[in-house]
Amino acid sequence: MTAFPTDATTNQAVIAPRKKGRRPNSAGLAVWRAIRGNGKAMAGAILLLIFLIAAIFPNLFTPVTKPNDRAYALSLPPSPDHLLGTTSFGQDIWSQLVWGTRETLIVAVVAGALASILSVFIGVAAAYLGGAADNVLSLLIDVFLVIPAFPLIIVIAAYANGGNLWVIIGVLVVTGWSYGARQLRAQALSLRRRDFLESARVRGENWLYVVVFEMLPTMISLIAANFLGAALYAVLTAAGLQFIGLGSPSSVSWGTMLHWAQSAEALQTGQQWWIIAPGLCIALLGAAFALLNYAFDEISNPALRPVRRNRRNRDGQ
Amino acid sequence: MRYVLRRLVLFVITLWIALTVNFFIPRLMPGNPAEAMMARFHGRVNPSALKALEVAFGINTQQPLVVQYFEYLGNTFTGHFGVSLTFFPQQVGTVIATALPWTLGLVGLTTVIAFVAGTLIGLVAGWRRGGALDSVLPPVFVITGALPFFWVGLLLVLLFSVVLNVLPNDGAFEVTLIPGWNPDFIGSVLSHAILPAVTILVISIGGWILTMRNNVVTILADDYIRMARAKGLSNSTIMYSYAARNAVLPNLAGFAMSLGFVVSGSILVEYTFNYPGIGYMLLQAVNNQDYPLMQAMFVMITVTVLIAILVCDFLTVLLDPRARTEG
Repeated sequence: MTAFPTDATTNQAVIAPRKKGRRPNSAGLAVWRAIRGNGKAMAGAILLLIFLIAAIFPNLFTPVTKPNDRAYALSLPPSPDHLLGTTSFGQDIWSQLVWGTRETLIVAVVAGALASILSVFIGVAAAYLGGAADNVLSLLIDVFLVIPAFPLIIVIAAYANGGNLWVIIGVLVVTGWSYGARQLRAQALSLRRRDFLESARVRGENWLYVVVFEMLPTMISLIAANFLGAALYAVLTAAGLQFIGLGSPSSVSWGTMLHWAQSAEALQTGQQWWIIAPGLCIALLGAAFALLNYAFDEISNPALRPVRRNRRNRDGQ
Repeated sequence: MRYVLRRLVLFVITLWIALTVNFFIPRLMPGNPAEAMMARFHGRVNPSALKALEVAFGINTQQPLVVQYFEYLGNTFTGHFGVSLTFFPQQVGTVIATALPWTLGLVGLTTVIAFVAGTLIGLVAGWRRGGALDSVLPPVFVITGALPFFWVGLLLVLLFSVVLNVLPNDGAFEVTLIPGWNPDFIGSVLSHAILPAVTILVISIGGWILTMRNNVVTILADDYIRMARAKGLSNSTIMYSYAARNAVLPNLAGFAMSLGFVVSGSILVEYTFNYPGIGYMLLQAVNNQDYPLMQAMFVMITVTVLIAILVCDFLTVLLDPRARTEG
């Protein structure tokens, strides 16, 4: 795909995507190859894997099963028994950290996936339908892009009385889809006039088949990149919400840990680990998503560029 | 002209949607939180203010929703946000007026600094493509883009306030000083602003550098740059008058996109440093369930962001002939 010459004839350009569209598996293979061949992406994948294991089997890392119980002496310094010490409420910081992985990852994956599904749906619909529908949907995308999302999230969370994880996920999805939708609309638009889609239409396939089996496979790497971006946004925003006290105060998550650490003035009382550890985990998870995004960028960009170029060429003809 | 018109339409529609959402959220929430708030404040707030709040939140009113809605829109546009419950009997407008200068000073100034510095660094990085600066920066900013802003602030507090004890980390100035134009007070304001400002700089400068770098790299391949070289123009002329001038335009448009990001970051930064700006007030309102203040803050932030975006759009049109003709 990378070897498109500038003056690629229309024929060449059409054959390649058709192959890709016919075999969706090859996209999955390309993703794996890109991750394996790229040091940064590999680092991201390994980080993510560690967090996944911690989220599914927290007891592999800590014997504690109820990390919020106030079971130990208060404000202990780090020691072999308590790797990161204890909080000023008498909870083990290391076990809170391990157990907190689960909720943070759930928010990331669920909110990220729902937001990217929404952006695929709206972005592709806008490009595919065109005309007035496209105008309305594009306007909607633009509106959600410029509305300051975080204050809106704060207002909604305040009225919903904070707490509920699903409310937080809901607002993250509503505010997080627009950027991806704009990118996907642009790419779907560039695909719309391509011959392999025309031929599917001429064959008499219905639009659902065309979109799902012909268009989406060629966009898979951009969709994956969008998922990672949306997941990163969800992690950071949810952590921010929990930090300012708009999450559930009894939940086990990194943002909630930071909230309690800040209210207990952990920095001023010499319990830096209570602040450093959860923040570092958020940063590492975020870095894992960002590094993986590198890999998807590398396979989605060469595919993107020739498409645009050819479309412009044809318009000029 | 069509471009300006389109952006104006977007401005009006976005503002309208934000105001409408603001109107309906308290009315749609289960258990009517506004009513619970009223019950809490009964007896502590004078009856006429309560009456005004009832109108604002649609409690005990026989008016149809449509009438309430237009009354609300009218009140918002004339700046009648009602009284704040936290800072009773101050008007919400007064509370906002005391908070706004701090945010504009801190966030506004640091955003401009981040824009100028980031654009310059990005220009140099893109100009010397593959150079030392260019190979170090992108991975670094991929990581800093994934950092939680408030955590960056907390680390700075740990280093400069707790360990080194050289900079204050709480409030906007020393509370023992009397506000005024004297060196003590100004110095205190500046020293209190350093840590929050550096936090915002760290989180926002990366975006400018990366987009500017990418723009410069793209533009350097253009024919007119080759033409300029062929004419024998000096490197600095090409860099500043040819490459930079064209590369900075998309960056200006990108400013609009990133503003929401900076605003959300600054809310967390103000909270972390107890900096008495709009974001801090918003969270105060949330903690005290002071819904009138909270809603007015949201409107305020939205209007400010939208106006800044509009100004950027107009600047782009003014500076970029392509935006004028393409429409």
